[in-house]
Amino acid sequence: MLRLDDAVIANGAFRLQADLEIPAQSKVAVIGPSGAGKSTLIEAIAGFLPVETGHLLWNGREITNDHPSTRPVAMLFQDGNLFQHLTLAQNVALGLHPDLRLSPDDQKKVDAALDRVGLAGFERRKPADLSGGQRSRAALARVLVQRRGMLLLDEPFAALGPALRAEMLDLVSELVSETSATLLMVSHDPQDARRITNLAVLVAEGRAAKPVDTEQLLNNPPPVLRKYLG
Amino acid sequence: MADRAQPLSARAGIWAAAGVAALIFGAFAAVIWRAEAGRGLGPSDWAALRFTVVQAALSALLSVGFAIPVARALARRRFPGRRALIAVMGAPFILPVIVAVLGLIEVFGRSGWVSQALGFLGVPPLQIYGFHGVILAHVFFNLPLATRLILQGWQEVPAERFRLAAQLGVDRWAMTRLIEIPMLRKVVPGALAVIFAICLTSFAVALILGGGPRATTIELAIYQAFRFDFDLGRAALLAGIQIVLTTGAAVVALRLGQGDSFGGGLDRAVRRWDATSRLARQIDTLWILLGTVFLLLPLLAITLSGLPGLADLPSSVWQAAATSLLVATLSTVLVLLLTLPMAVAIAFGRDRLVEVSGFLGLAASPLVIGTGLFVLIRPVADPMALVIPVTAGVNALTVLPFALRILVPRVKDIVEGQSRLALTLGITGQNFVRLVLLPRMRAQLGFTAGLATALSIGDLGVITLFADPDIATLPLQIYRLMGAYRMEAAAGASLLLLILSFGTFWLLDRGGRGHAET
Repeated sequence: MLRLDDAVIANGAFRLQADLEIPAQSKVAVIGPSGAGKSTLIEAIAGFLPVETGHLLWNGREITNDHPSTRPVAMLFQDGNLFQHLTLAQNVALGLHPDLRLSPDDQKKVDAALDRVGLAGFERRKPADLSGGQRSRAALARVLVQRRGMLLLDEPFAALGPALRAEMLDLVSELVSETSATLLMVSHDPQDARRITNLAVLVAEGRAAKPVDTEQLLNNPPPVLRKYLG
Repeated sequence: MADRAQPLSARAGIWAAAGVAALIFGAFAAVIWRAEAGRGLGPSDWAALRFTVVQAALSALLSVGFAIPVARALARRRFPGRRALIAVMGAPFILPVIVAVLGLIEVFGRSGWVSQALGFLGVPPLQIYGFHGVILAHVFFNLPLATRLILQGWQEVPAERFRLAAQLGVDRWAMTRLIEIPMLRKVVPGALAVIFAICLTSFAVALILGGGPRATTIELAIYQAFRFDFDLGRAALLAGIQIVLTTGAAVVALRLGQGDSFGGGLDRAVRRWDATSRLARQIDTLWILLGTVFLLLPLLAITLSGLPGLADLPSSVWQAAATSLLVATLSTVLVLLLTLPMAVAIAFGRDRLVEVSGFLGLAASPLVIGTGLFVLIRPVADPMALVIPVTAGVNALTVLPFALRILVPRVKDIVEGQSRLALTLGITGQNFVRLVLLPRMRAQLGFTAGLATALSIGDLGVITLFADPDIATLPLQIYRLMGAYRMEAAAGASLLLLILSFGTFWLLDRGGRGHAET
């Protein structure tokens, strides 16, 4: 369980307040108008932005000031999720050992992860040789070997077409369920949110609200969200 | 491809570029025509060729080698004064060579600060004249350039990379391998090639610190053949060798180099989570301190030693300063008259003009052009009588490639953004220049004029070929004072030169920004 306890997140001059709990193994959409602070919330959880006051707790353990690498978090960004000069196998292996020194056992894990996301046989390819969908799959394979309790998505599939994006979201949903992880996903598209999340956090007017049922929020949106959804 | 309708004609720019090319190729042709190739190269010519290549290679390696840790430290640390330090690293570009060399002599010379400190420890004083002095001066000038180029490489690493690395908890070596080495592999070859090309045409540094059979560059050898032996055939032969050398280096540098250190945004500090250990922090601090001290100490030395002499400078110095200002003004006007139409032509799709003129700027060394012009002028007029226009013209040619790199992107923006509106309103030709182009380019024009003026004021190059004893620019006058061992007057005049070149740059650059729109 992730808890933001009276937290105020600083992003330049902007401040976002959050006092909420994300239940373990839930799938949560982060919804709200552009520029309201959806990414700010995610980045603070990942440790890229400072929590000015308040606390951030994971299963009761304080992680407010932890280094990004020691947090129970794997994150996919909008782009730049792979190192262009490394092969797919190496990119995935980074999730196990950042120095790329792998035991035979680790090697098996890497192969299994690539196999799981449908990229068996692509071990020696480099990101430049792949399609957008394949690159997303490779990044997901790394998330898989990272075995973190939480997966944060900051619209990593925004550049993909609708069908491919749906395919990726389904894969994410499956992987999160298989690994008993918690998913937090920034989304611009209500369809995406409906597709794989059960809860939704509304970020608007400088606040991140407590999570509520995704369907309910989207079916009966408060005025600020209605205006955004159109 | 049919040309789109445009509010301006590219014709003026094409003529300007053709004029520049004709001048440079004319000088080249004159050199080749006059060169006495039959005589072959003497042992001292071979020595000059070898020294030129070796010192340029070593200067490039050392500059880039030291720049890597300095740039790394600057890229991952944030501290008060960081922005100012990065700005100061742009200063050596307009710093007059003779001023810097005098400063270096006062710090590292036989009776300099370092030698005095060593004296207390019973260590014999340093010797700055010769091979290592030339290298030292080249590293002084090019370490900041290399640092800025590599810093730009760091700046172009997407922020996500550092976030990803932080999340994966990569250690120092993994950081090096994952981010730094791939970045360096892209940036370093270009930086090496550019610095190598710059050092190939080194003249003033070799003139003051070098000389003799072991430390003479080809540029210096051309000057010596000219001034001491008045052997025009040999000077032309050496100039021919220099053309081959610099053209080759320019081809390589242009192919490899992508960054330019004029790019903005270098002072932006990307948030990083690596290298938080105390050792890493101390190492970075050390490199930043070393880099800063090495850069600022000679400037401090020349300021301190110049102050006493500044009060009663000989009148010859003031005369020389006036001559320098005249040359610089002519040169700056010429640069603007040539580059603005060329930039317009380039913005209208005559891209090849940039390559040609940028290439010629890198490949044409001032002394080669000077030799060529001397050969061309002598049958029709007394070259010595034309010293001021020739110096101004050659100075303008050397600034040309930099000026284009500053002006072209802005002209492109303006043309792309505004030419359709201007066309529908019928604003074309002179009206477009007056109402749209010039007002929106003030900042770039000011910066260009500042660079052109400062570089021309500080230049000690082609003037040495053409000047008779009655006339001198300020750098040449300082050189003559040094030759007469009037060191106090030389130091005072150097401080004056420093103030003039930085002052005019500041005034022009600021004047341009006064009403700058964002």
